Amino acid sequence: MSAALSIKGLVKSYRAGHPVLKGIDLEISGQEVTAIIGPSGTGKSTLLRCINRLVEPSAGQITLNTAQGSVDLTRVRGAALRHARRHIGMVFQEYNLVERLTVMENLLTGRLGYLPAWKAWFRSFKAEDIEQAYQYLDTVGLGDFASQRADALSGGQRQRVGIARALMQAPAILLADEPTSSLDPKTSVEIMELLTAQAKAQQIPVMINMHDVELAKRYATRLIGMSGGEVVYDGPAAGLDHGMLKRIYGGESWIV
Amino acid sequence: MTTATSTPAPRAHPKPFSMSLKAKCGVLLGVLYVIYASAQLDVTLARFVAGLGHAATFLNRMFPPNFERYNLLIKGLSESLEIAVLASTLGIFLALPLGLLGARNLMPGWASWPARTIVAFCRALHPVIVAILFVKAVGFGALAGILALTVASIGFIGKLFTESIEEISLKQVEAVRATGASFANVIIFSVLPQVFPRFIGFCTYQFDSNLRNSTMVGIVGAGGIGGTLFSAFQRFDYDYVCAILISIITLIMIGELLANVIRRVFLDNLTIAELFKGKPTYLPPPKVRP
Repeated sequence: MSAALSIKGLVKSYRAGHPVLKGIDLEISGQEVTAIIGPSGTGKSTLLRCINRLVEPSAGQITLNTAQGSVDLTRVRGAALRHARRHIGMVFQEYNLVERLTVMENLLTGRLGYLPAWKAWFRSFKAEDIEQAYQYLDTVGLGDFASQRADALSGGQRQRVGIARALMQAPAILLADEPTSSLDPKTSVEIMELLTAQAKAQQIPVMINMHDVELAKRYATRLIGMSGGEVVYDGPAAGLDHGMLKRIYGGESWIV
Repeated sequence: MTTATSTPAPRAHPKPFSMSLKAKCGVLLGVLYVIYASAQLDVTLARFVAGLGHAATFLNRMFPPNFERYNLLIKGLSESLEIAVLASTLGIFLALPLGLLGARNLMPGWASWPARTIVAFCRALHPVIVAILFVKAVGFGALAGILALTVASIGFIGKLFTESIEEISLKQVEAVRATGASFANVIIFSVLPQVFPRFIGFCTYQFDSNLRNSTMVGIVGAGGIGGTLFSAFQRFDYDYVCAILISIITLIMIGELLANVIRRVFLDNLTIAELFKGKPTYLPPPKVRP
């Protein structure tokens, strides 16, 4: 089986001549849990956002392979882009739930890519989608919260809803942009546990941006270290020694 | 290096919160203009005292109010109410798409500028002036009033709606966009939920304001109780004027109460029954799935 996602020579510069990403080459395949670590401002978020085109890449190629065929994400526009996005689930640092909607409505948001506008207006989702949403709510442990409004939930609960929303898309790949950075250590572990377990259950790869190196080592099967817009480490957690951490983050006084 | 511990000379701090010279000049100019304007318009104490005498006579003739011609009164009031309801409905209906088009954080410039221009144009003139224009254009009667207040509603709601859309959290929009939702679905599921409560607020305020204005556009012949009021004034039927004024105040009060009910039902998620029981505002408890 070819890689689910293959990135070639990806460049992104917000200002001309100052690239944030300087030619990224990556292959994401199978069911690996890939953690991307690196200092703030090194382009981790930009990398993830280029994949689902919340950010426009400047150059390069990102090929997504799904059961429906493969598509170059940097080339598609309009309806083709939206169709491609349906296969890419995303989990956000600040959860990005629609605050005034119920948990159930937030979950069903994951199916909006398949719903014509007039049906969305009347909230007439397919019965099997609603059934699926209840199942995922039970999976993430929020079975009783379906008709709660999202702004009534705690941080950990919101992120669970965020994960369930992404799963509702039945995605071919899951992206998570610092999913635990706003959470306490215990909840962070629970969220990582949930995220990786669900990816495994759905047999899809996950890419997770992280700041917590220890958490990344614990859950990721593959670690990617980024520094200055380039990949400087790509391999198993075991290979990430002090020298490499120093190379990624600079300095060494912080390494215990 | 002589003494390392010598205290530095105290720096001359500017006096905090003092008025700048420009501000002082501005205040002085303002005061001078007020004096000039009152001199121009012959606003003197003597004139005011003379006016008080007339007011006493006028008030004296207003009481007791005369409700004899209640048929005419009710007809005028119900026409005013109809004008207000129709103009609000039409105005809100048209302001929604215009307000959305005008939001610069969601729409490209070629869409937002025309929409903003139309809305600004609708707000430029006072409803009474617009009513005069429509009376000339479509003739005397309620139609002119409805059109005039529709224009006013578009101007008000359109602008506030645009502004509230420009203040929404784009993070929620981004998340919905990332699911592959179409633009219309992004609006329905991430923009509208964020602005809905404020939109309800604007609509009820506008209905309130339309109700008030609908009692006035009749003065220029655009239908409603205003026409009756104006002719009563001209015939010096001050007791009838008083009856009309009391009725208008009552109508406006009822309208305000109604607007309050609508706001509370939509914004605080209260049911009508809860509202009449006078329960305090709270979020309903989570409904546990059966």
